[in-house]
Amino acid sequence: MDFASQGLRESATFDRATIHAIQRAAETGIYDIRGWGAKRRVPHFDDLLFLGASMSRYPLEGYRERCGTDVVLGARNAACPLRLDTPVTIAGMSFGALSARAKEALGRGASEAGTSTTTGDGGMTPEERGQSKHLVYQYLPSRYGMNPDDLRAADAIEVVLGQGAKPGGGGMLLGQKITERVAGMRTLPVGIDQRSACRHPDWTGPDDLEIKIRELREITDWEKPVYVKIGATRTYYDVKLAVQAGADVVVLDGMQGGTAATQDVFIEHVGIPTLAAIPQAVQALQELGVHREVQLIVSGGIRGGADLAKALALGADAVAIGTAALIALGDNHPQYDAEYRSLGSAAGYYDDYQDGRDPAGITTQDPELSARLDPVEGGRRLANFIRVMTMEAQTIARACGKAHLTHLEPEDLVALTIEAAAMARVPLAGTDWIPGAVR
Amino acid sequence: MAALTTPTVIDLAHDSVRDLNRALHQAGPGTSWRIEHPDGAHNVAVGLTEDLDVVIGGPVGYYGAGMNQRATVTIHGNAGTGVAENMMSGTVRVRGSASQSAGATAHGGLLVIDGDASARCGISMKGVDIVVGGNVGHMSAFMGQAGRLVVCGDAGDALGDSLYEARIYVKGKVKSLGADCVEKEMRAEHLAELAELLKAAERDDAPADFRRYGSARDLYHFKVDNSAAY
Repeated sequence: MDFASQGLRESATFDRATIHAIQRAAETGIYDIRGWGAKRRVPHFDDLLFLGASMSRYPLEGYRERCGTDVVLGARNAACPLRLDTPVTIAGMSFGALSARAKEALGRGASEAGTSTTTGDGGMTPEERGQSKHLVYQYLPSRYGMNPDDLRAADAIEVVLGQGAKPGGGGMLLGQKITERVAGMRTLPVGIDQRSACRHPDWTGPDDLEIKIRELREITDWEKPVYVKIGATRTYYDVKLAVQAGADVVVLDGMQGGTAATQDVFIEHVGIPTLAAIPQAVQALQELGVHREVQLIVSGGIRGGADLAKALALGADAVAIGTAALIALGDNHPQYDAEYRSLGSAAGYYDDYQDGRDPAGITTQDPELSARLDPVEGGRRLANFIRVMTMEAQTIARACGKAHLTHLEPEDLVALTIEAAAMARVPLAGTDWIPGAVR
Repeated sequence: MAALTTPTVIDLAHDSVRDLNRALHQAGPGTSWRIEHPDGAHNVAVGLTEDLDVVIGGPVGYYGAGMNQRATVTIHGNAGTGVAENMMSGTVRVRGSASQSAGATAHGGLLVIDGDASARCGISMKGVDIVVGGNVGHMSAFMGQAGRLVVCGDAGDALGDSLYEARIYVKGKVKSLGADCVEKEMRAEHLAELAELLKAAERDDAPADFRRYGSARDLYHFKVDNSAAY
């Protein structure tokens, strides 16, 4: 039905999704919990363009001249930094939120592509460790499954202060997914709604964190790089404090970053866009004199090689993908559309990662559903995607005359909107105007 | 139990914490160690993995004996934040008092604090046994998942807030209970396990003088009726 031709007008303030949200809240009496990340439109990498070479810049031959992609993470203090073939890493996602087969697939794909994957709340599984050449072990407020043997078995340690989907919030895993194995790893009763802590239990500020990081280094004999992950909020200050606390790598997760289960109001209304956060982080690193010495990994809405190239041009050393990695494995695939619809969703819209009935078998602990994901095939698909991302970024970098992806720089970028120009601190296209910049 | 051998002495007045931990990580099982002049240093004797006997001859700072596995560590003084945090096994004894977050997230082993323990003692405990000779501060056993916390003195505000399956025994007064924490009946099996814990801690308190607290389990699932508690 063409509502507009009937003279019907949808309210911009009370649109259909808003009306539905009010009705749902009135019926259930509890806030909406879902997965995915922010769905609202915010200034993003789409609002930036590259200035390719022309008379004033000299491009590299697209198919012949070398454009490096390797990256070293965490060499500041660690005896064994991570040496990756591509700056595309896999973000932290838990066993519990994801099936063991999905975690294995992420490890296989990352290893095939020469990059790292990351554990999540709930500890390290043998499937993931076994299939991951480079495995980053998350050290979270809940400390579920936290085992010093796993710390020592990891290739890097990521102290998680927050994530972009919910800065200031702890993890959540609803009872449907707390199976016997998940419960056992987390020392919890089977089937309860698990609430992770939002603050670390044994330190409360940056001065404490400095001691905590030294403890982690002592326990692992100064071999492992220590990352600090923050959700994007007061990024300039948070990055400075993280570096001063001893971080070898800062992981910066913007508000578009995904989650397995969080209140919708949290996802959509807390935190700042990835685009706005990166220049703040880079400024902090530059002022401390450690830009490139302390690496910056950016996540939150990274979808392809263009986003990778733009993040690197703004000053990141690498990116992390989460939602995109799950899509590469098969999440929201059209082949499951009928099943998504039976759950009240559709392919392309499915975000109910919290309820454990994922038709693609990724965000579930149901044995029959999780059996749908072949970890070998899933790993191959993920490796393909990472390779495509990397080649896309190389295509852009060569066009900008760069012999390595990390040679991309803000000078290569312009913005399409005033908002993006102000946030990314690059000129509005066709002008030399950077809103907010002091001339 | 660590074998009794002539202890190797490491003096932190001369050697660094790095030197100390490196030596302890390389030490063979059954060896004894004495650490002189800790003087409140942080991260003393962390990440031990073997059946060592380690005596620390003074106060330690943050995370003393953190993430201990198998070793027996005795601290002859006070301990700073997070003593024996995330301990997996072994025994840590503090002859003085402990600062906040003692035994935080520890999965196993026994932590004995002869004096008082500050706020959040046993926060997110996951199987450790903690015996405190004196009082504990507010929010102790917050989100405690498993294990036993024994308090021979008084407990501060919000004891056992958001408790899972950890069990708490208190001999003295409890200023207030946290959300979902309730007093429970002290049955014979509880008296028996408490007697064992007190014996392991080398205390002569009478189990019958204690009260037991645990989770009401009302917050295990999100319910609109509990919204005031979330």
